[in-house]
Amino acid sequence: MIKILKYTLFDLLRSRSLLFYLAFYLAFTFGLFGLSADIQKVLISMMNVMLILVPLISTMLGVMYYYNSREFTELLLAQPIRRRDIFLGQFMGLSGSMAMALVVGVGLPFVWFGVGTSPFFVQFLILLGSGVVLTFIFCALAFFIALRNEDRIRGFGLAILVWLVFAIVYDGVFLLALALWSDYPLEKFALATSLLNPIDLSRILIMLQLDIAALMGFTGAVFKKFLGTALGSAVAVGVLVLWVLGPLAAIHAVAARKDF
Amino acid sequence: MKYLVVWMVWLWIGLWPCSMKGASWWVYGKCEWTDIQSAIERAAPCDTVWVNGGVWRVDHPIVIDKPLVVLGKNRPIIDGGGGKGDLLLITADDVELSGFTFRHMGINYVEDVAAVRAESVRNVYIHHNVLENTFFAIYLAHVRGGEVAYNRIVGGAVEENNSGNAIHAWYCSELRIHHNEVQGHRDGIYFEFVDESRIYNNHSHDNLRYGLHFMFSDDDVYYQNTFAHNGAGVAVMFSRRIHMWQNRFMHNWGGASFGLLLKEIYDAQIQGNTFSKNTIGIFVEGSNRIQYRHNLFRANGWAIKMNGGCMDNVITENEFVYNTFDLAIQVANESNSYDRNYWSEYSGYDLDRDGVGDVPYRPVKLFAWVVQQTPEAMILLRSLFIDLLNFSEKVSPVLTPAAVMDHQPLMHPLLQ
Amino acid sequence: MIRIDQVSKSFGKLEVLKDISCTFEQQGRIVAILGPNGSGKTTLIKSILGMVLPDVGEISVVGQPIRGRWAYREAISYLPQIARFPDNLRVIELLRMVQDLRQQPAHPEQLIKRFGLTSHLHKRLSTLSGGTRQKVNLVLAFMYDTPLLILDEPTAGLDPVAIIQLKEMLGQAREKGKLVLLTTHIMPLVEELADEVVFLLDGRIKFRNSIEVLKHTFNAANVEQAIARLLLNSGNAHRSLDRVSSVVS
Repeated sequence: MIKILKYTLFDLLRSRSLLFYLAFYLAFTFGLFGLSADIQKVLISMMNVMLILVPLISTMLGVMYYYNSREFTELLLAQPIRRRDIFLGQFMGLSGSMAMALVVGVGLPFVWFGVGTSPFFVQFLILLGSGVVLTFIFCALAFFIALRNEDRIRGFGLAILVWLVFAIVYDGVFLLALALWSDYPLEKFALATSLLNPIDLSRILIMLQLDIAALMGFTGAVFKKFLGTALGSAVAVGVLVLWVLGPLAAIHAVAARKDF
Repeated sequence: MKYLVVWMVWLWIGLWPCSMKGASWWVYGKCEWTDIQSAIERAAPCDTVWVNGGVWRVDHPIVIDKPLVVLGKNRPIIDGGGGKGDLLLITADDVELSGFTFRHMGINYVEDVAAVRAESVRNVYIHHNVLENTFFAIYLAHVRGGEVAYNRIVGGAVEENNSGNAIHAWYCSELRIHHNEVQGHRDGIYFEFVDESRIYNNHSHDNLRYGLHFMFSDDDVYYQNTFAHNGAGVAVMFSRRIHMWQNRFMHNWGGASFGLLLKEIYDAQIQGNTFSKNTIGIFVEGSNRIQYRHNLFRANGWAIKMNGGCMDNVITENEFVYNTFDLAIQVANESNSYDRNYWSEYSGYDLDRDGVGDVPYRPVKLFAWVVQQTPEAMILLRSLFIDLLNFSEKVSPVLTPAAVMDHQPLMHPLLQ
Repeated sequence: MIRIDQVSKSFGKLEVLKDISCTFEQQGRIVAILGPNGSGKTTLIKSILGMVLPDVGEISVVGQPIRGRWAYREAISYLPQIARFPDNLRVIELLRMVQDLRQQPAHPEQLIKRFGLTSHLHKRLSTLSGGTRQKVNLVLAFMYDTPLLILDEPTAGLDPVAIIQLKEMLGQAREKGKLVLLTTHIMPLVEELADEVVFLLDGRIKFRNSIEVLKHTFNAANVEQAIARLLLNSGNAHRSLDRVSSVVS
């Protein structure tokens, strides 16, 4: 698996799409710093951008990579290599290199402008961390979608749909539900619903750093306990990890039964 | 400057009726005068009573009923032994009390008992004392002219309804309360019917209710105080002409928590204060003719939240940075003005480079309204969907008051 | 060496392999798997490689059932039908990568010289012509000394010179005692090289025997003609074929 990972990484590090991805983040983050030297301001802007773009690009590149490397995959399948290792290696290679592009592309400008010595270092780390985890989650989802769909158009369509659902539709329906049943105690419902969407989860992790003052305005005890203590962050991180492992298990199951 | 200081010292000596006049009385644990009360009785007005060290168990309150200077040397301890009465009572004008530690009082559910109580006197001067686990610590009633300074007041209050205030003033005027550290009480400093007084350089923190509380008090000034981690920072209610300068309101978190509460107050000036990381920076209800200027609102949940009936308020040249919501307004009133502030969320441009944005800024977000209706929706803060909602509302306001607008948003922060 | 036991496979409603059983034991032999498009040749080959998983039946390679196993592929060299590789790689990198992945002794140098690939070694695979890519594909398949060689359309895109070299290599493989399975549409190649023909039609083995028997059975001058007749007959061929082959053998 390590070798597959190595070659996938090697392959991707040369491909233009990944370089473009890296260059985009570099340019964008440096650009933001050009507009405002205020680290906090740039952090907030980057958060908005990353929560949208990371899932989108990860699903798109994930699906694209899978379809483009089909022949390479077949070449590997005919070699004495465990099936699981092939897909796991490719997944790790793809998500790993994308995560690297993200960390370098966003991290470099921040470090350059002195985030290391600023009071926002923890916020910065959490932002990068959630970006990396989101990359893993949405790459895994993309692989899963591509594995289940031989038809590229269908695969891309589904991938965009998945992104759309997690990034926007889910929250819209969520808000609608909250508004409709606002007469009932909705604390637990709201918390559970947020846990089910990895984008919401990452958002909450960052929010706990940026907006804790507003969040503590809740009267509800469950909210307070969840958001006000380390418990909330711990649960959020735990569920995020599950969000990586779940699709990975699904990839494993589908790959084991699939014909090539 | 030097002459001014000398002149002021002379003035002070001249005004203080006892200064440099009386004899000194010494009270030791094992000496002629073995209790403070009898020393006070023996002393003549304007004498100085020195208490040197020791632990003085008090069952009946010590009463200072003549103009005396009562000084503690080597920090003598006045111990209440968990009893339910006052520890020290000042009933004469011109009393100075300094250098003592007061401690260990019981909770009294019936009366507002205090470690140091001054009643119907003038010019009381209480300074450099330590008060630990007292009920009410310093209680001034009908005091005119007086100074409470450099005291350290630490309480262990757990519940609001069976705890007292650290510094409590009732029907007083011309007080100066400064450089005290007050914590662990119901209110750090409490003013009811107290006029023309000054509160400055105090540090009021970790109190259950308010760091500082005004009720029916007029013409007071408080400045350069720090209010942190209280149930709420400062509450100003039913008062007029209060000036609030250069205070710091920090970390007041909770469901009904705020840095500053204004309720039914008029003609106040709020200048140069810092509000940082409060659930609500300033919560305003029914307050008119308030000037907000040069304040910094940083990382609050709501910088300013206005509920009904606020008129003729001017919010200008303030800095709103990284608040979750800059402004939440229930009923918009055309007579309030929000022009010429710096808003970190402002994304307009300034083509003529005059430092003022060319596009007006709307500080009220749709989502603030949504959260008001459905508090749980807060969990969706900063999501793409909410951003889209806010954006569409910004383009064509439907649910947020269109009149609430900064017509001249500043491009650059003016403080810091 | 390869044992296929009642294997069936369908993709959706399409039955591609229908209850196929056969064994390939003899070493030093070249077996041509023939059949029209969609007859199940590639599926059968991929089943042996474990890339396609049969619905029913069992396949054993070198004495062991292959389901869930992967190490047996060390005994197989495979040439896939379409030579497409990661676009960003150079030829030399691809060769090194496959060697690195397989960790078996490999001898690509001679093959590289043979196909004149030396000057292409440092080019990216995406810039190569179809024929050159197929040559790279061949190098990958022939650089290992494995007892089993499975080639899916090895001649696709090759120039005549390369085809001659391929024939030589196949001959050498037979001499070395390898078992070669190949599919092709070029009948003269079959006639020239194959020891045995397996003819697949609609997922079933319609015919399996040596070239001589094939030609004799259909009374044909060459394999091409024989196959054509076999196809024409196949409407009611089943019984007659059995009869004929039993007569011949």
